[in-house]
Amino acid sequence: MKDFIIPWNDADMGTPAKTGAPVTLTIDGAAVTVPEGTSVMRAAYEAGITVPKLCATDSVEAFGSCRLCVVEIEGRRGTPASCTTPVAEGMVVHTQSSKVQKIRKGVMELYISDHPLDCLTCSANGDCELQDMAGAVGLRDVRYEPGDNHFDPTGTGALSMADAKRREGDGNFRYIPKDESNPYFTYDPAKCIVCSRCVRACEEVQGTFALTIEGRGFDSRVSAGGAMDDFLSSDCVSCGACVQACPTATLQEKSVAELGTPTRSVVTTCAYCGVGCSFKAELNGDQLVRMVPYKNGKANRGHSCVKGRFAYGYTEHKDRILSPMIRESIDEPWQEVSWEEAIGFAAKRLKSLQKTYGRRSVGVITSSRCTNEETYLVQKLARGVFMNNNTDTCARVCHSPTGYGLGQTFGTSAGTQDFDSVEHTDVVIVIGANPTDGHPVFASRLKKRLRQGAKLIVIDPRRIDLVKSAHIKAAHHLPLRPGTNVAVVTALAHVIVTEGLMDEAFIRERCDWNEFLEYAEFVSAERHSPEATEMLTGVPAETLREAARTFARGGNGAIYYGLGVTEHSQGSTTVMGIANLAMLTGNIGRPGVGVNPLRGQNNVQGSCDMGSFPHELPGYRHVKLPEVRETFEAAWGVTIDPEPGLRIPNMLDAAVDGTFKGLYCQGEDILQSDPDTKHVAAGLAAMECVIVHDLFLNETANYAHVFLPGSSFLEKDGTFTNAERRINMVRRVMAPKAGYADWEVTQLLAQAMGADWDYAHPREIMAEIASTTPSFAGVTYERINELGSIQWPCNDSAPEGTPLMHVGGFVRGKGRLMVTEYVATDEKTGPRFPLLLTTGRILSQYNVGAQTRRTANSTWHEEDVLEIHPHDAEVRGVKEGDFVKLASRSGETTLRATLTDRVSTGVVYTTFHHPDTQANVITTDFSDWATNCPEYKVTAVQVSPSNGPTDWQERYNEQAEQSRRILPAAE
Amino acid sequence: MSPEKMVTMANQIATFFKTQPGDDQLDRFAAHINDFWEPRMRRQLLDHIAAGGAGLEPLVIEAAGRISEPVE
Ligand code: SF4
Ligand code: SF4
Ligand code: SF4
Ligand code: FES
Repeated sequence: MKDFIIPWNDADMGTPAKTGAPVTLTIDGAAVTVPEGTSVMRAAYEAGITVPKLCATDSVEAFGSCRLCVVEIEGRRGTPASCTTPVAEGMVVHTQSSKVQKIRKGVMELYISDHPLDCLTCSANGDCELQDMAGAVGLRDVRYEPGDNHFDPTGTGALSMADAKRREGDGNFRYIPKDESNPYFTYDPAKCIVCSRCVRACEEVQGTFALTIEGRGFDSRVSAGGAMDDFLSSDCVSCGACVQACPTATLQEKSVAELGTPTRSVVTTCAYCGVGCSFKAELNGDQLVRMVPYKNGKANRGHSCVKGRFAYGYTEHKDRILSPMIRESIDEPWQEVSWEEAIGFAAKRLKSLQKTYGRRSVGVITSSRCTNEETYLVQKLARGVFMNNNTDTCARVCHSPTGYGLGQTFGTSAGTQDFDSVEHTDVVIVIGANPTDGHPVFASRLKKRLRQGAKLIVIDPRRIDLVKSAHIKAAHHLPLRPGTNVAVVTALAHVIVTEGLMDEAFIRERCDWNEFLEYAEFVSAERHSPEATEMLTGVPAETLREAARTFARGGNGAIYYGLGVTEHSQGSTTVMGIANLAMLTGNIGRPGVGVNPLRGQNNVQGSCDMGSFPHELPGYRHVKLPEVRETFEAAWGVTIDPEPGLRIPNMLDAAVDGTFKGLYCQGEDILQSDPDTKHVAAGLAAMECVIVHDLFLNETANYAHVFLPGSSFLEKDGTFTNAERRINMVRRVMAPKAGYADWEVTQLLAQAMGADWDYAHPREIMAEIASTTPSFAGVTYERINELGSIQWPCNDSAPEGTPLMHVGGFVRGKGRLMVTEYVATDEKTGPRFPLLLTTGRILSQYNVGAQTRRTANSTWHEEDVLEIHPHDAEVRGVKEGDFVKLASRSGETTLRATLTDRVSTGVVYTTFHHPDTQANVITTDFSDWATNCPEYKVTAVQVSPSNGPTDWQERYNEQAEQSRRILPAAE
Repeated sequence: MSPEKMVTMANQIATFFKTQPGDDQLDRFAAHINDFWEPRMRRQLLDHIAAGGAGLEPLVIEAAGRISEPVE
């Protein structure tokens, strides 16, 4: 099962697909039927005929500038460009004739006359459309004399770079040297044919508008940013869309220049964010050359962001630990040992802990970065081998309120739409999410829709990029004070109900009318009016009213939200409030609408689906239900504990209390990612067996006794499930560097503890999931390979999966409008801590940064900085770039400040990508009332000038350094 | 966990259910605790209530009889 060679066609069809009434025409004697609006070029491709082309590619609209694609059409004069000519009924097209051949040859000759003849040493050799086209049109000679050109640096008539190197000359003002400023790709203007595919890709696909064509005619050049900019200093976000679109070596991955053109490719799934982009991993042998977004990927439709596209270097980083290690206690150095010894050591310790402290004294943390199959096994280890329900996942600290809130209102925690749905949206609310940084490819698709005229409402304390950026402007920005989400969402509902903007027919049909009446009475109360809540939320009443009207009256309304909603003491209540808004306005159950949680990590959705939570077996079924336990008891041959287990914060509390002693933590770094670092450290330090299973010695490993090396997503088979419930295939492209894939390691541990597990391949694990979990009943690897991906539920009634939820009825029957009373968080500002800190993330870095920090992505974000309003900075004597101390009642840390009015006065903001900053030393142990999801987004803090790291940071670094010592393996 | 933290958590849950319409707030509160609190957390809560329930919302104390005894 080593290689999965893609069988699916992803060739360039020249122009984008269209939808429309069928039109039949004849091309080179063959009849072909295509949707109205399709170009003649694409229709020809459908008929199996490729028309030569240079400036057209199917990721962007045709432009018609190169004239290589000319054809003859009967009854029409001249030779129209096939890329810009739409098909017509009965049209008769000839793609080859002596006339068009002559034109094409002439065009190519002109192009080549201003192109260096370095093909043999060019990094795009074998992967260049200019080369291909020269061949295709039969260009055999260039009759132009050397003259004015863009490629010869010497200006002496050299025909190639190789030639120019051997010449001396006083220069060519048209020659621009290669721009190597971007760490991942180069721009070599000498090879540019000015087809503008890159410019259009940056606009249409990515939506950044970083590129322009400067100048006219022979003077025109591609330019990133302003006159003084290079790619790095421009607005470019390094998504790679232009590189993908470029037909020549002008925009080219540095890795290809270094390693050569790839010879095979494997389709797999990005291991970063919850968008779940499909990629082709392109390789030579087992050496990865580049990752190219896969056109048939249904989440990304051929687009990508800088993380998935370029930031895979961590998989080969020297920091990766490839040998298992153990130690008696955490003040000792690590000892490298064999797998057998490490697993034996771990199993023995866990068993003896359970003997001494009881069955429930050990537990697991599953990973939102590992595959479904791996997660399933880790929770099975807790339930079927440890015999308790002490299993949790880092989704606890991000989207657990989504599970609870949507479960209560709709009957399932599932996001309701697929990403394609955004193409049908008329008005979008983005609340507590920053898609351009957190979910970039979704953001590009959203921006595309906004440019087509959809309206946008942003509810966020910060002026995120979506509020205003190139060709995008939010209709309304509600800059609320952190911690007042429920008040704002309820006030929106107040306006909708009191102004009679709700969709009564929908509510009568799909919800419980009596519950609605109760809800309407609650929400109509004066205390929920925007005027009454304005003082509290900081959102001007009139702005809020207008936003509510825009949403309720604007056609298809969709709500997208992120951790700015969930990570609050009222996170679950806000999720319910969002569900209320969707139900009130009838925005559920069709394309273009819905409630869409944007999941953080790649497999947050999957890790929740797979029963990682301590109260739920796979498929979100409570452990108290005997019929559910019976299913798994029959499959596993064990008795399952009917009591809910400990959640991560509860595990740490119990550890400090001395009743929780052992932890197997797969692919998570709770010491860096969880709130109140000191408390996490105390909990870990109190345990007697901490097993960390990861790629790197992460921060948590400072407190570990056993380290098991993990495998990257390139080294194993399995599935990830993205934010649209889409199960995507992860395919092994190389052997695990440490010897075992993660699922095999969990299996070894289970076996060492006495279990009779015997899985030979992840497909067998998926088969077990399908046989025990109704929403996965129809899922098999064969089926996923056949369909490309599957959105669960997938079963007999939905054999191809379910793109949209709640069509025609809610999963729970009637939708339930929930009363959402605002309750202020206990985390309040006061004289000692007068500012509110909120946290977030940045495009180039991912989560705790363990992966992205080990790539050139750090070029964009070397350290975490504190955003502070100039006014707040001034009164504290803080200037741009100063080191400041950030203190809360939990702790203090230092970092650099940057002054910006993106945050309001009274609010400061930072990211948590770097362990040196330890932003979570500051965050408190307050959490969501229903799920214990920590309140990351609101912490009362003070900021003051500082001249260096705090004592805590220094002590922490010292401990970390001590703890990372490794002794070589004994002979 | 510290008694203060447990009291805060229990009160947060009580505060939500208190605002809900209907007359089953006690049952819904207790069901939430039974569904999500691990036995040793419920033990700590019940012991705290037995010892007078300092700091707890009245609803929590009233619902005590509906919280299931942890099973070992
Ligand atoms: S990498 Fe992306 S953002 Fe940068 S110029 Fe190319 S298309 Fe635009
Ligand atoms: S850089 Fe590439 S895509 Fe852009 S205009 Fe030049 S040749 Fe065309
Ligand atoms: S990080 Fe997210 S948006 Fe970027 S390529 Fe990966 S899945 Fe796509
Ligand atoms: S491909 Fe049609 S004009 Fe360039």
